[in-house]
Amino acid sequence: MAQTAVTAPPLAAMSRSGRRRGDVVSRRRARWGWAFTAPFAVILLVFLIVPLVFAFVLSLQNTTLAGGTSWVGFANYIKAFTDPLFLSGVWTVVLFSIVLIPIQMVVSLIAALLLDALTSRFARFSRLMIFVPYAVPAVIGALMWGFLYSPSFGPAQEVFGWIGLTAPDFFADQNVFGSLVNIVTWQWAGYYMIILYAALQGVDPTIYEAARVDGASAFQTAVRIKIPMIASSLVLILVFALIGTLQFFNEPQMLRGMASGSITSHYTPNIYAYTVAFSYHQFNYASAIAFALGIVIFVGSYVFMFATRKRSGLMK
Amino acid sequence: MTAADTTADTTIAVTRGAGRGKQTPAGRTGRSAPRRRALAIPHIILAAFIVYFALPFWWLIVASTKSQQSLFDGKTSPLWFASHFDLFANISALFNYSGGLYARWLGNSFLYAIAGGLGATVVSVLAGYGFAQYAFRGRRAFFAIVLGSVMVPATVLVIPLFVMMSAAHLTNTVWAMILPSMLNPFAVYLMKVYSDEAIPAEMIDAARVDGAGELRVFGRVALPLLRPAIVTVLLLSIVGTWNNFFLPLVMFSNPQLFPITVGLGALQSQAQVNTGGQALWNLVITGAFLSIIPLVVSFLTLQRYWQGGLSIGSVK
Repeated sequence: MAQTAVTAPPLAAMSRSGRRRGDVVSRRRARWGWAFTAPFAVILLVFLIVPLVFAFVLSLQNTTLAGGTSWVGFANYIKAFTDPLFLSGVWTVVLFSIVLIPIQMVVSLIAALLLDALTSRFARFSRLMIFVPYAVPAVIGALMWGFLYSPSFGPAQEVFGWIGLTAPDFFADQNVFGSLVNIVTWQWAGYYMIILYAALQGVDPTIYEAARVDGASAFQTAVRIKIPMIASSLVLILVFALIGTLQFFNEPQMLRGMASGSITSHYTPNIYAYTVAFSYHQFNYASAIAFALGIVIFVGSYVFMFATRKRSGLMK
Repeated sequence: MTAADTTADTTIAVTRGAGRGKQTPAGRTGRSAPRRRALAIPHIILAAFIVYFALPFWWLIVASTKSQQSLFDGKTSPLWFASHFDLFANISALFNYSGGLYARWLGNSFLYAIAGGLGATVVSVLAGYGFAQYAFRGRRAFFAIVLGSVMVPATVLVIPLFVMMSAAHLTNTVWAMILPSMLNPFAVYLMKVYSDEAIPAEMIDAARVDGAGELRVFGRVALPLLRPAIVTVLLLSIVGTWNNFFLPLVMFSNPQLFPITVGLGALQSQAQVNTGGQALWNLVITGAFLSIIPLVVSFLTLQRYWQGGLSIGSVK
């Protein structure tokens, strides 16, 4: 008892002085934290923050040959949000999100659930085959599908013949939307499948044991247990898919040569911004379009994450 | 709890789950007759998936062995080889096209991907380690910017980058492609999450007590522990740059500088217009086929790293 009373004060003193010494050390270490992150900070500043600010400044100005550069405030934004070409592009990508994302989710979820349940060599082989399109650049993927859709040398006639149908004209006005949905699904479903598969493999298997003991079928286990267990990964890939789809550019841009009538120069907001900037050299208005699209994307994904925050655990 | 904390928790679950792949729960090995019938349906669905995801590759392989004439004459099925095997004739015509432009494009893609990928990896590894190991002032705000920047659409950056690069007389130089490719906020995020998990604080402290400086701690203790994540980030950055289409499309007007994505796109539009009656479609098809080989092979051989990386990614 007495001993404790005696030793207590020195201990406290020691720890206090120790903390003071620790402060010096941690301050010196903090400088190392900046040193390690400095190269990235420079790159982030030069290639992200400065361009972003610069784009915003551009979007607030107008440049004419006669009048030079003048400040116009938010006039370009008002123009964008009342421009039928921009709005039709926004509508197209919103429609794409509504149609494409559920299809992608279902395909990748079914594949992931099957691969999680099966352990055969065939299953491992299919996992690889479903994933391989992700290794193909989006542009080359679109190029390949452009060939496949081609009425002159593509195999569409033959494949549709297998099930007794005639192939449609994939580049016709009313079909090009579906043709693009198919390309993107082919390209990305494997990537999402791998993410979901990894999440499923991370679930503690004893949960399934309990379900089996209770007499749940494989299908019930999948729907009632597995899907809720990977809800956060599902939300994650939904956000990825949403951000990607709203920025739709590569595939329609690539198919424009083949389907020039159906894919216009304002088919998606990104294509429109690209056309306005590099065909018409109106960098101010193009910046405003790009920024307006950025706002749509930011608000869209934020609202989505907020709406699903209870399920996903993101944004707590 | 912040988003970063949540995701870190999930990572442990995922990495732990990674080893579980081969382990078969007792119930799954029982192969009674009804059990086998129950397994047939999933396998049929998987087979359908394989056909869908592999068919474009099969068509591309077959088509690249055909001459321009047999592509169009309709004598053989688009899904089967023609009587004459023209792959090597196509390859030699491709490499002779316009003074070896195709080889040039491939070389450019390798240069941009490796230089940009290596740069991005070095910068991201340093930054991720810095964010994970040091509690410096401004870390939270800085890291929040990193997370937010993942959401910035490419167009918003590409337009001002083009204006900046042309002001600096850097468009139509390799730097216009390599420098912006070194920015990879997602890689920083992955490295931070991985460093949090993979580097035990005791180990760092022990090294410091032994008198190792911060750089030595990083080089001798941290780097070896981070190796798997470094390989993954390197692969992801290389592929990201290799697949990039929008940036080089905007930055380069000189075909000698095109990467393969932009080059093939240009070749395809030329085949579309087909000036001079030159056989081009067989070149575009063979070019697409050759260009996907490097990435597909790397995906198949380095599978482990891909899946590792994507499952770290899955928890974002």
